[in-house]
Amino acid sequence: MADVAIPRAKPQMSEAGAWAQLKHNRNWLGFWFMLPAMVFLIFFLAYPLGLGIWLSFTDTRIGRVGHFIATENYEWLWDDSIFWLSVFNTLLYTFVASAFKFGIGLYLALLLNEHMPFKAMLRAMVLIPFIVPTVLSALAFWWIFDSQFSIISWSLKHLGLISQNINFLGDTTWARICVIFANIWRGVPFVAITLLAGLQTVSPSLYEAAILDGASSWQRFRYITYPLLTPIIAVVMTFSVLFTFTDFQLIWAMTRGGPVNATHLMATLSYQRAIIAGQLGEGAAISSAMIPFLLAAIMVSWFGLQRRKWQQGENND
Amino acid sequence: MQDFTRRSLLQGGTALAATGMLTGPALFDFAKAWAQSAPWKAEPGAKLTVMRWKRFVPSEDDAFNAMVAAFKSATGVEMNVFSESFEDVQPKASVAANTGSGLDVAWGLHTLPQLFPTKVLKMNDVADYLGKKYGGWTDAAAKTCKLGEDWLGIPVATNGGYMTYRKSATDKAGFKEFPKDFPSFLEMCKALKANNTPAGFALGHASGDANGWLHWILWGHNAWTVNEKDQVSINSPETAKALEYCKALYETFIPGTPSWNDSSNNKAYLAGELYCTLNGISIYVAAKTDPTKKELAEDTYHALHPVGPIGKPTELQLTLPILAFNFTKYPNAAKAFVAFMLEKENYEKWLDGAQGYLQQTLNAYESAAVWTADPKNAVFSQASKRTLPASGIGTVGEKAATAIADFIVVDMFANYCTGAKDAKGAMAEAERQLKRIYR
Repeated sequence: MADVAIPRAKPQMSEAGAWAQLKHNRNWLGFWFMLPAMVFLIFFLAYPLGLGIWLSFTDTRIGRVGHFIATENYEWLWDDSIFWLSVFNTLLYTFVASAFKFGIGLYLALLLNEHMPFKAMLRAMVLIPFIVPTVLSALAFWWIFDSQFSIISWSLKHLGLISQNINFLGDTTWARICVIFANIWRGVPFVAITLLAGLQTVSPSLYEAAILDGASSWQRFRYITYPLLTPIIAVVMTFSVLFTFTDFQLIWAMTRGGPVNATHLMATLSYQRAIIAGQLGEGAAISSAMIPFLLAAIMVSWFGLQRRKWQQGENND
Repeated sequence: MQDFTRRSLLQGGTALAATGMLTGPALFDFAKAWAQSAPWKAEPGAKLTVMRWKRFVPSEDDAFNAMVAAFKSATGVEMNVFSESFEDVQPKASVAANTGSGLDVAWGLHTLPQLFPTKVLKMNDVADYLGKKYGGWTDAAAKTCKLGEDWLGIPVATNGGYMTYRKSATDKAGFKEFPKDFPSFLEMCKALKANNTPAGFALGHASGDANGWLHWILWGHNAWTVNEKDQVSINSPETAKALEYCKALYETFIPGTPSWNDSSNNKAYLAGELYCTLNGISIYVAAKTDPTKKELAEDTYHALHPVGPIGKPTELQLTLPILAFNFTKYPNAAKAFVAFMLEKENYEKWLDGAQGYLQQTLNAYESAAVWTADPKNAVFSQASKRTLPASGIGTVGEKAATAIADFIVVDMFANYCTGAKDAKGAMAEAERQLKRIYR
């Protein structure tokens, strides 16, 4: 069609001015439609990102214009043990929490995909942790894990299992477990519901065929559900990893990075240095240092999506 | 500085508010008379935009607003007052200083005026006027606001914290009188622990509480983040001693203090699990206004910080300075407002409204009624006299404020006390961070 249309349009176009071309040319038309979205993205995403990176190369403080100091902030951070501790914490937090969220989320999704009474209600209930504002749930967890008033310590004490309160947020290991637990609790519904949506796109006829062929339920999961779910797993886990990696509210409300920086994530450290202590440049450097990690996570999703194409091409289904 | 559990204060606050200030007409009469005789005449048609920190005690806010209203009616100055939370005051003031607009007057924390000394209105005349009239300024308050001979702002008040303890527990521990030096303080904490009535001080990122008591321990050992010439001096034998002492103390604490924020000790104390801590007057006020905590309130006493080997008080209390920007169109109105606030007729009522949460920076107000109304308040009247500037012996200013905000001293002590780092490692880390700030 397009090939036929072009020769006819040509004489007109050569007469028309550049403006008319911009107005009528199909390729430009696409550009015009994209423009609002582009402007939006540039102003609200690209510009702040660029500004953040620029700030990381300056010694800007809150309320004072900084000077360009090249990579001084990064050099300083390179030798900063607290920064590396926060990197370690962030990776630990992200990997452990994401793995659990995936496992529990997938399990829940498979469970909710079965026929059972009150299905709709149960599905809605699973979403509750996701709906509660993060700060509120963080405050709730803060009370649950409080060093003096923890309901868990209280119950265990009354059951006679322990004699002293568990030092949930005051002990390095416990504090990490607690914040990761809170994050998992919050993140599971997102994974579960999204995977559930993915599960429902799998055609029942595939399962019927498999059952006729005598496939076990594990085989059905392994060779039908899992491959068809891969693209959505890739997307959902990318998002989950991104959210976890950049988490801030939970930590800030529960521990403020303590005890002794054992739960400081890059995001919270960045906030502490940039906003609380006023060193915007250094804070920006910490948050810019998150970019490579986030890019890596996005690459995983990208290749995950690519695989779907291959699958579709190869399998011819 | 110390965190208030606002809810607990709400009830008590409003009750006191009614009695806590000049009644309407009297205040307005005073304001009119004052406006006529004051050295600063507000410009005709003046308008002031005032930012302050968000109040913790409602009755303090009421007293403040009553003053603003009286000032407005007496001078005809249009007043636009709004408040921001503690953390937001400084960034907003900084932006106003940068852009040269938005605010005329800002009432903030710490060394706010030192952050942009070229953008503030010099208040020398106001400071002289008030200082002469009311027995002079306290040392720390003056240092916090002065650059050379110039006053960059006026230290309106201090927000101090003191030892808050249960007398029954310390009596039982064998200390009829609260310890006055470090060794006996440690002995008392040990005895408190042995009796299962432990003390506890925040070792987490509690900007007010943790910074307050750890700087006191550090300075008490004659150890400083920086010396008089602003050279980093944290890595010293004195600091090592402070770390040792702190660790010994920490071992007597109630478990969980490394996770504490500013409100944790309030909660634990009011729940009857904690028997000695450092806090603003909020714990006592909350206990006093809660009918179910009558016994606890009666058992609660306040004491000055014990004095360290250095031999003089080394407290760190929060100064609350007010400043006017030099780009304001109405400098006289701004000065008049600041001076008006600190006049006896206003200020004493205001202190009353604050219920001990705010302390004077002008010596004459040591005799204010709030300090004698309840003998247990009296200790707090000393805050501004006994505190050092936030910078210790170094120069007051942005760098010292940054070091405090970034929890450098807190982390150093917490690292050592919890065993995360040895003394050398903890000091080295603090030193490295300080050197960066003081580069």
